[in-house]
Amino acid sequence: MSDVITTDAVIIGAGPCGLFAIFELGLLDIKCHVVDILDRPGGQCAELYPEKPIYDIPALPIVTGAELTHRLMEQAKPFHPQYHFNQMVTELIKHGPTDFELRTDGGITFRSKIVVIAAGGGSFQPKKPPIPGIDAYEGTSVFYSVKKMEAFRDKDILIVGGGDSALDWVNNLQPLARSMTLLHRRDEFRAAPDSVNKMRELVAAGKMQMKLGQVTGLTGAGGVLSSVQVKGNDGAAFDIQANTLLPFFGLTMKLGPVANWGLNLEQNLIPVDTEKFETSEPGIVAIGDINHYPGKLKLILSGFHEAALLAQQAFRYINPGERLLFQYTTSSSNLQKKLGVA
Amino acid sequence: MAKITFILHNGTEQTITGIAGMSVMEAAIKNMVPGIDADCGGACACATCHVYVEPEWKDRAGKRAPMEEDMLDFAFDVQDTSRLSCQIKISDALDGLRVRVPEKQF
Repeated sequence: MSDVITTDAVIIGAGPCGLFAIFELGLLDIKCHVVDILDRPGGQCAELYPEKPIYDIPALPIVTGAELTHRLMEQAKPFHPQYHFNQMVTELIKHGPTDFELRTDGGITFRSKIVVIAAGGGSFQPKKPPIPGIDAYEGTSVFYSVKKMEAFRDKDILIVGGGDSALDWVNNLQPLARSMTLLHRRDEFRAAPDSVNKMRELVAAGKMQMKLGQVTGLTGAGGVLSSVQVKGNDGAAFDIQANTLLPFFGLTMKLGPVANWGLNLEQNLIPVDTEKFETSEPGIVAIGDINHYPGKLKLILSGFHEAALLAQQAFRYINPGERLLFQYTTSSSNLQKKLGVA
Repeated sequence: MAKITFILHNGTEQTITGIAGMSVMEAAIKNMVPGIDADCGGACACATCHVYVEPEWKDRAGKRAPMEEDMLDFAFDVQDTSRLSCQIKISDALDGLRVRVPEKQF
């Protein structure tokens, strides 16, 4: 039984809207824990376009996804948010007004007064290549991530892909595996040059094989893989003997467990009102790309606006009857104290 | 303006009019061509707008940039004629362009 973390707000999603919500909630003394399935903050800004410039953030004529994330983290710092990465919120249960229980797949349990869903396009999950019949092998012979390395000891492993995940696991699992093969569609790799060099050394030393081509089919029985059919780059078909397949084709966004929380959904989006950004369940709010309302624009700046309004409503929800004084950071010594500048 | 024909996986064809300067992906999304997902919205960051340019158009559609080549690693069944449609810019020279949409963007 893990300890329960008690907090004012749990924010699901550490993308730009989730990060700015920490700031807006913090100004109103609402403390936040933030959960994200990725291993770092930024959401789509980190995963899809860390190095690509964004041109429509007010007052920042040009900023990269990574830089925007960094700045939002800096802005949120005075409020001491606690981040929980590599965690997916799988369960959300309402015990009563201002009492929500959230559980993650990593075994964390929260009790929170409000829940802010800032999950963007959903959770990033590994892409499953549409190889015919692959479903039958998932969890037994086909894996999209490595949780415990020991599970791969003495296996005949085929890893497919050319990025960091593929190359890292080739190098890390090769010493454990009975045989290791890397398959990629071209003799160029996006992965860090160090990992590529290491892989090439293993190939040169005869400890593993590298093949060029693309998977076309799988052969096996009872969920246990025996060989993988490949179309080589020269057009010739060949088989690779393997009982374990690890395809690394990047990540895709799936709505994920949000769909199971009893909230009204419309085309995988959460309808909210534009005053409270409340979902169909009072106390659960949704901001950013995941929500929908008349006139909604999927822009980061819209998410910032939503975060500011949501914070006002969160205060009223958590502190019913209490007067909320609207204040500016330019003039309020109270707010400046919270920001650590007064 | 350029007419672009998408050959869908089931064999049906959909012809749309694209405006010069737009990407083939943007024109497809605007006209709701099925099978072009474009999850990332055109940042060349997801490989879900993968198309096969018909061989006779391959040269005119241009070459893959290195970033596009990297991103195609995330696509399935990549062929010589594979392109990410967000990286093909529409021009008058592409009037009549024909591309095939894969069975599934994944």
